[in-house]
Amino acid sequence: MRIIKVLERVLMTIPIMFGVAIVVFFFMRLTPGDPVDIMMGQGGAVGVGEIENLRREFHLDKPLHVQLWLFIKDAVRGDLGYSYIQKRPVTELIGERLPATIELAGGALLFALLVAIPVGIMSAVKENSLVDQFTMAAAFIGTSMPAFWLGIILILLFAVRLRWLPVQGRVSFDAGLERVTGFYVLDSLLTGNRAALISSLKHLVLPSVTLGATVAAIVARVLRSSMVEILRQDYITLARAKGQSEFLVVMKHALRNALIPTVTVVGLQVGALLGGNMIAETVFGWPGLGRMVVSAIFNRDFPLIQGSVMVYAFTYVIANLIVDILYTYLNPKITL
Amino acid sequence: MELPTAAESPLERASRILNVRLRLLRSNLAYLLGRLRTRPLAVVGGLVVLAYVLAAIFAPQLTSYDPTAGNLRERFRPPMWVEGGSAAYPLGTDDQGRDLLTRIIFGSRISLLVGLLAVGISVAVGTALGALAGFYRGPLDNVLSRFADLLLAFPYLIFAIAVMAFLGPGFGNLIMALTFKGWVEFFRLVRGEMMSEKTKEYVQAAKVVGQPPLTIVVTEILPNIVQSVFVLATLRTGYMIIMEASLSFLGLGIQPPTPAWGSMVAAGRDYLLTAWWASTLPGIAILILVLSINVLGEGLRDILDPRLRIE
Repeated sequence: MRIIKVLERVLMTIPIMFGVAIVVFFFMRLTPGDPVDIMMGQGGAVGVGEIENLRREFHLDKPLHVQLWLFIKDAVRGDLGYSYIQKRPVTELIGERLPATIELAGGALLFALLVAIPVGIMSAVKENSLVDQFTMAAAFIGTSMPAFWLGIILILLFAVRLRWLPVQGRVSFDAGLERVTGFYVLDSLLTGNRAALISSLKHLVLPSVTLGATVAAIVARVLRSSMVEILRQDYITLARAKGQSEFLVVMKHALRNALIPTVTVVGLQVGALLGGNMIAETVFGWPGLGRMVVSAIFNRDFPLIQGSVMVYAFTYVIANLIVDILYTYLNPKITL
Repeated sequence: MELPTAAESPLERASRILNVRLRLLRSNLAYLLGRLRTRPLAVVGGLVVLAYVLAAIFAPQLTSYDPTAGNLRERFRPPMWVEGGSAAYPLGTDDQGRDLLTRIIFGSRISLLVGLLAVGISVAVGTALGALAGFYRGPLDNVLSRFADLLLAFPYLIFAIAVMAFLGPGFGNLIMALTFKGWVEFFRLVRGEMMSEKTKEYVQAAKVVGQPPLTIVVTEILPNIVQSVFVLATLRTGYMIIMEASLSFLGLGIQPPTPAWGSMVAAGRDYLLTAWWASTLPGIAILILVLSINVLGEGLRDILDPRLRIE
């Protein structure tokens, strides 16, 4: 039964993906002129015949719905177009940058959860104590803080003043890391390169904190408020009355139920991780998707922007799918 | 309360209704202010926001410096509490020798204007569409709801960045990029409330009396939803301000030399080693404003609409 529900939910994402592709296709219509005009604006003197040829090559001579159909057909086959600035397929460019971005997002999520879960639990258990008030005030500030500013403060403190951590890039050049998968932490483990492992982890710290801070703040707040509510329930009193240790009451009876709303919020925060990705990558010169998109915007490299936005949206849709599936396993009462 | 008399002209009727509404509003405001007294933090937040608004309005009167014209001989003067600083430039100067305090004060104009406009338009569009969809349901609701779901598939900042990328920078485009998706939350809130209010007795009563549907929506139901919309709008304003600052930080929002906090942080970033204040202080201005708006918003939520505790 559950398998069918999960399958249903998976199938539901297909129309959403198509919708995303359509919206992304129409982004191009927001800009005045067509891609060929923009290319010509950069290229200079070209004959009229050549412009017509290019229009044909980009299917711009066809009616809009045919263009949309071709766009989607290509996208389904993994062809997201051609970057006429970098003169390479968009899929290839994105594929090259994606590991860096995923590594950073993973670092940020890990940081967020490592901070938020203990803090949320502790604040709820010691409700209204000094610790609770202090951490929740910090979390509130965390939700109101622009990430780029936090990044700069971290650079000033840990890179400029204390000189503990590097400012830019993913790994120091002299570590001599061989690229295998593109995930540098993994690559240095695979090649047994200890210097590179330490270096890549060090490079990962500040960007991860910058990107993960807001997520940590939000998750801690949600976890705390649902824990507080659950700790007041009768079944918790019962568990205590049975003589179960406080540790087990909190970690087993309360936390498991409190995680249900928390998981939803984490899923929604994946959106914040993806969006904040551009900010964190810009602040720390992290060579991922976000920085590529930002420079693509300044180069007016529209196919590359379109393709990247689509990848971001797909990632978000899939992340929420995973969360929804996880949700049914955490809470058997819920049907998708 | 005045009771309707048998022979009442439409004008009399309208003025009676208005009278009742005004009295209701006044008593609601009195209630709100009374309850706010129990939440000193929200009051402090409100006062800080008020101070920012006043500073934005009276910016030219508050400072004698020009926010855009620099003086290269005065580059990177430190803030007054740092060695070498002077009271002439209380927060120091930036890379072009412009008074940082002046630029921060003028920057509040952009942040507040973008925040209020983006939220205002989102509220107007979202409420109107949400009310129609929730009240009439049917194919209109279906189309709008599916479109809203679709927009939710995009992370907010990514969507705004994409719209800006294709529209190009500029104030109007920035507002458009932020509202393009911003209305969705208000739409969903109002639609949901509309659907649950619709079944209540007072709406049935209005129908029985023979009020036309649009009148019921506008004069009967919306006044009951307005509190939730107001609370959500307050909480979203801070978020919009951070979005604007982020876009301007990336160079996609407000363009220099117009002072905007995000672009000021970005410009100061290149001089972190020599002049930390140029990029950190505008960020503190954002932090304090957004923090105050959020404190105020959460206070209002607890008073007006505790159900809205969504994170």
